[in-house]
Amino acid sequence: MSLLKVENVSKHFGSLVAVDSVSMTVEPGELRAVIGPNGAGKTTFFNLISGFLTQTTGRILFEGEDISSVLPAQRVWRGISRTFQITEVFPELSVRENLRIPVEVAGGYRLSPWLSRDADAEIRARVTELMDMGGLADKADRLVGELAHGDQRATEIMMALALKPRLLLLDEPTAGMGDQETYDITQLIRKLHRDQKLSIVLIEHDMRVVFHLADRIMVLAEGKMLAEGTPKEIAANEAVQAAYLGKTAA
Amino acid sequence: MNGLDVNKQAANVVVWLLLLAMPYWLPAVGGYIELGSRVIVLGLAAMALNFLLGYTGVLSFGHAAYFGLGAYGVGMMIRYVAPSTGLGILVGTLTGTIAAAIIGPMIIRLRGVYFAMVTIAFGQVFYFIAFRWNSVTGGDDGLTGWTRKALHLGFATVDIQSNPNAFYYLVLVLFALALGVMAWLLRSPFGRTLIAIRENERRARFLGIPVDQHIWLSWVISCGLVSLAGTLYALLNNFVDPRALYWTQSGDFVIMAVLGGMRSFWGPLIGAAIYVVLQDYLSSQTANWMSFIGLFFVLVVLFFPRGVLGFIRRKVTS
Repeated sequence: MSLLKVENVSKHFGSLVAVDSVSMTVEPGELRAVIGPNGAGKTTFFNLISGFLTQTTGRILFEGEDISSVLPAQRVWRGISRTFQITEVFPELSVRENLRIPVEVAGGYRLSPWLSRDADAEIRARVTELMDMGGLADKADRLVGELAHGDQRATEIMMALALKPRLLLLDEPTAGMGDQETYDITQLIRKLHRDQKLSIVLIEHDMRVVFHLADRIMVLAEGKMLAEGTPKEIAANEAVQAAYLGKTAA
Repeated sequence: MNGLDVNKQAANVVVWLLLLAMPYWLPAVGGYIELGSRVIVLGLAAMALNFLLGYTGVLSFGHAAYFGLGAYGVGMMIRYVAPSTGLGILVGTLTGTIAAAIIGPMIIRLRGVYFAMVTIAFGQVFYFIAFRWNSVTGGDDGLTGWTRKALHLGFATVDIQSNPNAFYYLVLVLFALALGVMAWLLRSPFGRTLIAIRENERRARFLGIPVDQHIWLSWVISCGLVSLAGTLYALLNNFVDPRALYWTQSGDFVIMAVLGGMRSFWGPLIGAAIYVVLQDYLSSQTANWMSFIGLFFVLVVLFFPRGVLGFIRRKVTS
């Protein structure tokens, strides 16, 4: 069974058609990139999958079940977690606290007025594990709002990961980063994909990142799917070159 | 979410010692114990409001409604049903809490100024009921003809009726219990979800926190504790009038919380103390005392945006 199946999904804002009958199937363990020029509808498409927006027509299946009208928080419970193009963290809390909250939610403690000693120890261990994985251990007690952009982004990715998702959605994970930060985040995503066998869909502008990471690529332009295939196929696709790769070169 | 550092523990011990010894030192500095009780009662209301405002990030301008429901609840219970202070406190608190629980679902989807406006609107409904329903509430003249009754604990009787110090300690015990509940919740996973909502609602939602449900819970807890404060306010004055429900009373709670510092646990109590003492002193000097409090408030907001306690804390840590 496919992990995620998007079927002919459209989103209209008044007379503007931001996403026009797009379909996509993501298999378990796949890393899929969605690319396209600015205004192609990538982020809107993402918002439909995560439930931030509701589609005008079409349906979305996750692990075979129709989640088209399921609320965002409940999509998270089912195993879809995401990051945002503009990093969304808890700026006035420390890295440790930022990670502790999703770990507790994932453990089913969100309404608990107390924790047993064992549960608390387990949560702490998991937070430490996540901080190590994200390269954040030495910044554990710093406020996230004071960290460099790359570390904030790494915190956000680890927060999404703390939820033990079966599908991770990353919206431009390297946006606005320098070369070193881009490299670090790319390595982190690669590690999650390879070591954790995590299924990932990401939107990305940086072509080096996309061709380096993705198993398959989908190209959107003006709300429509232009092409889909392996990185090699996409690089060789003339329509893509004309609409997108060509444009960036120009 | 801060750890228990030694400084903080020491500060807590000092605060509690000062509160416990209030009947002994307050008269020595020119106060009287009813003033102390008033600080504690309004401080509890402001701290309860701050559970929602400072820790969940939701601004209510209608908390007087639940304060007043608690106040009328205890007054009417003693006047019409049973002359028992304990039962009155229980009924008053439950009345306010249940009202908040019912109104909650209608308002929790709103945010920011819309939430504030709708809480005012609901508050005014209760105000006009109290104002108009003369035969039961006493209307504009307030609910009179009752007093708090001595507390019968089975093994002993505490004369809170005529001994103001005894009443002060009753208020302090309930205050401590309410603060205990708040502090304990704020350190729990549930409390952290509230802080998460305050920090970044979108992130909280996409961490799988059903934000509306958690705001509802925070609202009910906050309003419930404000109702408790309302019952104590009525018992302190042996009187309730519709002003306890009026929207400016809600504004006073917000002023106290912001004045003292809404990002700190004790801040609103400091705010309430400043407010009550200034009011007590200035209102004996001038009828325009509110403009001085207003001026003070503006200065604090301009120069110490984290409130008086936030300012002190920064001085201490730097």
